[in-house]
Amino acid sequence: MTFNEKLITIGMIILATLIMRFLPFIIFPDNKPTPKFIQYMGKVLPGAVFSLLIIYSLKSVDILSGGHGLPELIAIVITELCHLWKKQMLISICAGTVSYMLLVQFVF
Amino acid sequence: MKALSKEKISMLKRAAYVAFPHSLPILAGYGFLGLAYGICMSVNGLSPWYTFFMCWLVYGGSTQIVGVSLLTAAFDPLNAFIITFVLCARHIFYGISMLEKYKNLGLKKIYMIFGMVDETFAINYSAEPPKDVDRGWFMFFVTIFNQVYWVIGSTLGAVLGTLINFSTEGIEFVMTSMFVVIFMEQWKKDKSHLSAYLGLAISAVCLAVFGADNFIIPSMIGIFLSLTLSKKYLERKVGDENDL
Repeated sequence: MTFNEKLITIGMIILATLIMRFLPFIIFPDNKPTPKFIQYMGKVLPGAVFSLLIIYSLKSVDILSGGHGLPELIAIVITELCHLWKKQMLISICAGTVSYMLLVQFVF
Repeated sequence: MKALSKEKISMLKRAAYVAFPHSLPILAGYGFLGLAYGICMSVNGLSPWYTFFMCWLVYGGSTQIVGVSLLTAAFDPLNAFIITFVLCARHIFYGISMLEKYKNLGLKKIYMIFGMVDETFAINYSAEPPKDVDRGWFMFFVTIFNQVYWVIGSTLGAVLGTLINFSTEGIEFVMTSMFVVIFMEQWKKDKSHLSAYLGLAISAVCLAVFGADNFIIPSMIGIFLSLTLSKKYLERKVGDENDL
């Protein structure tokens, strides 16, 4: 790829990204009342979206080989228990991440 | 430009001060993901300048990582557009969820919409800064802190390249951990957990059926349809209150 071809490719990536990010805000601008149905969606979507994000961040886990998803499962349970116990976001995230790193580096 | 008043400066400082700890998990996550991405760019013969500018102008982890293969393959701009379009589709959901919270925030809103990546959306949607903090500026600082971490991590990786010896296997799990914690916080607030259950079940089934590279769009369609169908139920269950 030449330099110009690279620039065009990056330009296309930027364009597609911008469209997707700005679209909802352009269709439903501040100065117009948002339709009731979209307001409803805005309220109920996040619950499902956070679920989707968890699955998304685990999408390359192979449950048929390697650790069979066990290190991920254990680390998630540790994150949850820690969060139920201490209720401190940073501590829970740290505990989950460190235990996962120890699991994949030394156990599995 | 008008000189900033003392009050405005102290308000901005306070918002930045409160926002910073919320961005710390991202410092760890983007720091290391960025390093890995930057190294990947350099290994593929792309100058660190590409990494630097793409982190500012594209700003999206999965998009940029796929971008490495787009930039090293044969020239196909339409393909680059379509692939990015599909990868970014989930941002439509973020946008719809943030319409209310991002209302009337002035010019900074343009940057905040541009910079609303997965993690920034998750924090800005769920965080509850103290009442004396300007929520708009709080969200602005979360957005820009996160992007700066991404730029620094990636550019370092690109410049240092393969000199870095990785003993940080597994650090990327910080993102999963963060999503799990935010999920739990959202769970406490929701009066009905139907949406969370639907999200988990539909995404998991779509992942199994369509595979890691193609499951986002079917999941989004499934989530959208199921939430549309359960509108009556959810509205009854939760009443007409705002904190659905």
